Amino acid sequence: MLKICNLTKVFNIGTINENIVLSDFNLHVKENEFVTVIGGNGSGKTTLLNMIAGVYMPEAGQIVLNGKDITKMPEYKRSALLGRVFQDPMKGTASSMEIIENLAIANRRGMSRGLGWGVKKTEKARFGEYLKLLDLGLEARLHVKTGLLSGGQRQALTLLMATLQKPKLLLLDEHTAALDPKTAAKVLNLTNELVTDNNLTTIMITHNMKDAIRLGNRLIMMHEGKIVFDVTGEEKKNLKVTDLLSRFEGISDRMLLSN
Amino acid sequence: MGGLLLSVQSAASQGVLWGIMTLGVFITFRILNYADLTVDGSFALGGAVSAIIIAGGKEPLLSLFVALLAGLAAGAVTGILNTKLKIPAILSGILSMIALYSINLTVMGGKANIAMLGLDTIFVKVQYLLPSSFNRAAESLSVGLAFAVVVITILYWFFGTQIGELIRATGNNEYMVRALGGNTDTMKILGLMISNGLVALSGGLVAQSQGYADVGMGSGAIVIGLASVIIGEVIFGDRFNFYYKMASVVAGSVIYRVIIAIVLRMGLKSTDLKLFTAIIVAVALAIPVIKKPFIKPKIAERKAR
Repeated sequence: MLKICNLTKVFNIGTINENIVLSDFNLHVKENEFVTVIGGNGSGKTTLLNMIAGVYMPEAGQIVLNGKDITKMPEYKRSALLGRVFQDPMKGTASSMEIIENLAIANRRGMSRGLGWGVKKTEKARFGEYLKLLDLGLEARLHVKTGLLSGGQRQALTLLMATLQKPKLLLLDEHTAALDPKTAAKVLNLTNELVTDNNLTTIMITHNMKDAIRLGNRLIMMHEGKIVFDVTGEEKKNLKVTDLLSRFEGISDRMLLSN
Repeated sequence: MGGLLLSVQSAASQGVLWGIMTLGVFITFRILNYADLTVDGSFALGGAVSAIIIAGGKEPLLSLFVALLAGLAAGAVTGILNTKLKIPAILSGILSMIALYSINLTVMGGKANIAMLGLDTIFVKVQYLLPSSFNRAAESLSVGLAFAVVVITILYWFFGTQIGELIRATGNNEYMVRALGGNTDTMKILGLMISNGLVALSGGLVAQSQGYADVGMGSGAIVIGLASVIIGEVIFGDRFNFYYKMASVVAGSVIYRVIIAIVLRMGLKSTDLKLFTAIIVAVALAIPVIKKPFIKPKIAERKAR
């Protein structure tokens, strides 16, 4: 489904602040795989997701999604294949537009947009049905501007918008990090439901090791732009937070020594 | 008193004609969230194009249409400078504005102004259609209102379409638009084109109504536009639908002209006008900051209760 080969990303190239974030990075994700990604700050997780989404272009390497080489495709064109939810709840929706308008824009991801009405009458009923899935009562507030929603409501809505047109790959970048624990749990459960119900191939970055173990069927730990740990199946299910912590410590010890 | 009434009437008609420009400023400033300084140049461009065509003996309506097209092109240049060449928004506008000064002089055949006295402007033409009891101000008010209604109707339709919706979203949240497959560069260019097209159309109308085009007629237009947008918002508030918002923008332009007419009659020198306008805009933009100390005690009061 997703094949990343020898991907290299360097920031501030040719300057004193040159920073090699990813170097010869390789990752293969199979169809219907739900990958959780953990790793310390600066380990390259978010850069990786941004490269897949086309926010940054790589210095070298190749990204193939669904059999299509998307390495040089501009961000907005890739979006036809991708569903994305950001860490910042503000980034996922247009705050001065109505919920229904946001949904209508999301519903046309990957399609051409013309001079037809932005929100069609037939869509209205369908969007109401979808919103019921969230169980937040938003179906009764179709014409409310999303700026009036709470962070959790917005992330839930963004999640729905990202999956309204089934994406080939769903990218979740710490999408619960800005939420309070209770709301985060709710959004995470919703994530799990949407991903399993729709058989979505997913990559989710998280800082919560419990969530990384509990959700998904593959876990990746990244450090300094490399995958240092990659487990699937039973082995992943039986992981303990302490296992992950000891691995983290092992890495940082080595880092201290090498410094 | 009769003099005041007359000057208010003529101010209102000017306000509606400039209101078309204000709609253009509203599109960039409020919808696209882009401070576009091209306006000063594209307003004079509209006037220049319209005047040279009328001076050549062609139809005034045709001249307005060509002015609109010229404005679209000016907006496209600013948009390309900003999105494709990554020049900051304000600077892109300034570059277009400066370039347009030379272009406008070239359009007018190297002259700084072109008179249309005695020629068939759209305001001369409508005299035959309107009741003879209408004075000049009433005539230009009718023309201005007709254009404003048509423009507002088209804009209302356009910003409800899928593309229009995407332009609005681009002004709101570019990350979201790109994540949902929208080309934000194209949307910005489109928005700037429509905006400057309207500004140039307004420039053409104003030139025809005053009977001449001048290379300096656009200077300060952006500030006047901003003043009008803000006056409209402050007085009519942010409520109801998009029709209401656009109508309040045009009304803001009329109120601005009426205020200017009144302060001029009260003895303000016309040379101080631009300073006065700048102060209005600065004060209006600072309203949220100025209001703050007055809002706080209110909240405390509510808590006390």
